[in-house]
Amino acid sequence: MPVRMDKNDKRMTAYIMGEIDHHSAKEIREEIDAQVESFLPEILLLDFKDVTFMDSSGIGLVMGRYKLMRTIGGEVKVTNVSAHIKKVMRLAGLDKLAVIEK
Amino acid sequence: MKPVNEMKLQFISRSANEGFARVAVAAFFAQLDPTVDEMADIKTAVSEAVTNCIVHAYQNGLGMIYLHARIYEDRRVVVSVKDKGCGIEDIEKAMEPMYTTCDTGERAGLGFAVMESFMDKLKVRSKVGKGTTVTLTKRLSSRENSHD
Repeated sequence: MPVRMDKNDKRMTAYIMGEIDHHSAKEIREEIDAQVESFLPEILLLDFKDVTFMDSSGIGLVMGRYKLMRTIGGEVKVTNVSAHIKKVMRLAGLDKLAVIEK
Repeated sequence: MKPVNEMKLQFISRSANEGFARVAVAAFFAQLDPTVDEMADIKTAVSEAVTNCIVHAYQNGLGMIYLHARIYEDRRVVVSVKDKGCGIEDIEKAMEPMYTTCDTGERAGLGFAVMESFMDKLKVRSKVGKGTTVTLTKRLSSRENSHD
């Protein structure tokens, strides 16, 4: 499984692992959404520590989760992004949309 | 100018091949000892180009994707990604950041924007019903004086 979920109070963390591309994004997305929909967290934290590659599919992944969290009145935060991933996110202005935690 | 080295690959438009394509290109260019950043830029751009073939060009089925990588003497690397898919009606529109024909809300419409900003040059040639060729060019930094 390319994503491991951890629930703590009203905060849910998704530890994403490996490469995020169009091929892998579907499974990651489905796993996160299923957990979000049953747990309804206030904050969804996407942890990129173990992500070794990301293309623009990762942007779609964050944007889609941002929309989902907004429909349940929550927010998305992003953490542990490497320089390369940050570069991809900046292109989309994602650094403004989702709070990037240090 | 003739390339000093080149390779060609062809594979079918299955999404599992996105990773294969970018890793194969990176492995080929490894002989130039690019920086980690340059390698990440190239892999990302190739991933976008190949994904476009899979998601758009061959949206109605499987087709062949043709990849051609070249190395020139001045450390210029060129990758072309070609398909024989549906083609792009309005290239200018397709290249606009955030423009996407995908209505699931899961694709950002940033493929070409990534290719453009991560490479030095991006060329797109397309003919509706015939296919598309995307050519990516990047000049790698000189490694002669670096010791990293």
